[in-house]
Amino acid sequence: MRPAGHLRIVLAEDGVLLREGLSELLRRFGHTVVAAVGDAPALTAAVEAEAPDIVVTDVRMPPGFSDEGLRAALALRATHPSLAVLVLSQYVEQTYAAELLDAGPGGATAGVGYLLKDRVGDVAEFAEAVSRVAAGGTVIDPEVVRQLLRRRRDPLERLTPREREVLALMAEGWSNGAIARTLVVTEAAVAKHINGILAKLDLPPATDDHRRVRAVLAYLRA
Amino acid sequence: MGIRTAWQAIAQSPRRFLASSWPWRSLAYLLAGIAPSAVVAIGVLALVTAPAGRAAPVVLPLVAVALLLSGPVVARYERWRLRLLEPGLEPDRWRPTRGAGRRALEAGYGVVCVVALWLIDLAVVALSLLLPAGLTLTALRSADAGGGAQAAMLAAAALLLPLAAYPVTAWAGARSALARAILAHRELELDERLVEVTHSRARLVDAFELERRRIERDLHDGAQQRLVALTVALGLARIDLAPGSEAATQVDAAHEQAKVALAELRELIRGVHPQVLTDRGLPAAVDDAAGRSPVRVATDVVLPRRLPPGIEVAAYFAVCEALANVAKHSRATRASVRGRLVDDLLVLEVRDDGVGGADPAGGSGLIGLADRVAVVDGRLLLSSPPGGPTLVRVEIPCGQPVTSG
Repeated sequence: MRPAGHLRIVLAEDGVLLREGLSELLRRFGHTVVAAVGDAPALTAAVEAEAPDIVVTDVRMPPGFSDEGLRAALALRATHPSLAVLVLSQYVEQTYAAELLDAGPGGATAGVGYLLKDRVGDVAEFAEAVSRVAAGGTVIDPEVVRQLLRRRRDPLERLTPREREVLALMAEGWSNGAIARTLVVTEAAVAKHINGILAKLDLPPATDDHRRVRAVLAYLRA
Repeated sequence: MGIRTAWQAIAQSPRRFLASSWPWRSLAYLLAGIAPSAVVAIGVLALVTAPAGRAAPVVLPLVAVALLLSGPVVARYERWRLRLLEPGLEPDRWRPTRGAGRRALEAGYGVVCVVALWLIDLAVVALSLLLPAGLTLTALRSADAGGGAQAAMLAAAALLLPLAAYPVTAWAGARSALARAILAHRELELDERLVEVTHSRARLVDAFELERRRIERDLHDGAQQRLVALTVALGLARIDLAPGSEAATQVDAAHEQAKVALAELRELIRGVHPQVLTDRGLPAAVDDAAGRSPVRVATDVVLPRRLPPGIEVAAYFAVCEALANVAKHSRATRASVRGRLVDDLLVLEVRDDGVGGADPAGGSGLIGLADRVAVVDGRLLLSSPPGGPTLVRVEIPCGQPVTSG
């Protein structure tokens, strides 16, 4: 019997020290690391062998120390549409985030996440991100969202500062409840802001959190 | 081969010198000079003195003009001839001689060749060969002088013939030195040196780039990994500690410090070498750099292909510095980066709507920017009137890979 929220995780990270640390972290939050590997081919093999709930992988791995982990994640998303993937990177760049969001068959439903590697230090938040991605959510690093918001886009200037804050948190993949807690406002207030944002940006109102996140990200990247 | 000139050849032991090809090549060199000059000189003489050619006053200036104009042809022939004695010499890739002074020198040399030098060549060859040849002829003619005398004369000729190799080779050496001094493409040598210098500079750029990547890799594999692992360990430790306890506060502080160190290290590593540039090329890297700028930056960089690594790095850091300048000095609210490859020339333009008045002498990053671009043979153009707007234009030739690897 698996306790609720328990995840079977394949972890790919070439640094032994960090691999151990991440395994320990994930275990502490009640998950099972079914395979902890150090390169991209081993990651692909482990996914085939273990059919995990989620893959957590570093971007850069042997043999080329380029973006093997990201490429493997993209390929896995294409071949395993239901596999959730969380990619960690020592820098977050919108370029990589865009590739990850675009990967997979049209409208892949599995969760996807892209986080700065530094975020794993905030262990509770990181564990929550893993759970959200495994549950089909989208988690985008605040730094990426900041980059996206900074791009020249006139309609964004029609948003109030508060609406921009809410938009950023939406793009990062947070639910109404989480946004309300972060901003210390009521959920009703958040819902009101969101309706205002969607109207100003000509986005269709969406009740489903995941779809709303995708719509917002698609808008920001367009 | 240690022997490179005729004179060096003479200085060898007689046996080695005489067994070598130097005497023969020297003779061939001189004869190759004598023959055409003699033909021309005799032809001219015939023209001038021919009964039909009483019009010497008309013919002579024409001949003189023709001689002067033949300078380049003579020069080219002389260079070809020079290779008899200097096989290591570059094949003469013909090209117009540059500079009026050099053209005049070539023309003058041609005239001197046809008028005088060939006579000296002839004299040296004739005198050197006269004695042995004369002895041989005499010996052959005077069949009645008795076998002994005949044999002695032939023996003397056989002894003198090797001796003739010395004046012939010596004069050929002098003659070739003169020809080389006047005619050798000095600019050719300079070009070669410039290419070599360019290559060695490109190697240096490559070496720096390799070194930067190595440092980036080392930091990523080493310090960065340890710091991330440390923040995880501290983060886990904090969970176990009673909230608000002394220990929890201490661990909290340590955790924050580690995170700050990690963020600083990340910026440092990005400054050393941006990973996205290696992985995805210049347009993606410029997009990301623009995304990090506090000023809103629109990007439009479209390139048909990946550029050589050295150029990508130089162009990327040039854009980063230009954007840093925009953020620091321009007070702009908008900026844009546009990049295109125009006939193998990478053109990058960074514009902003700021106050303008950027001055390279003003200690801004413009000098460093120009230096970066100059390393890959590029140049920096700036338009920044007071009141703005500012346009920084970077041009880098991408015809050939600057990098060797």
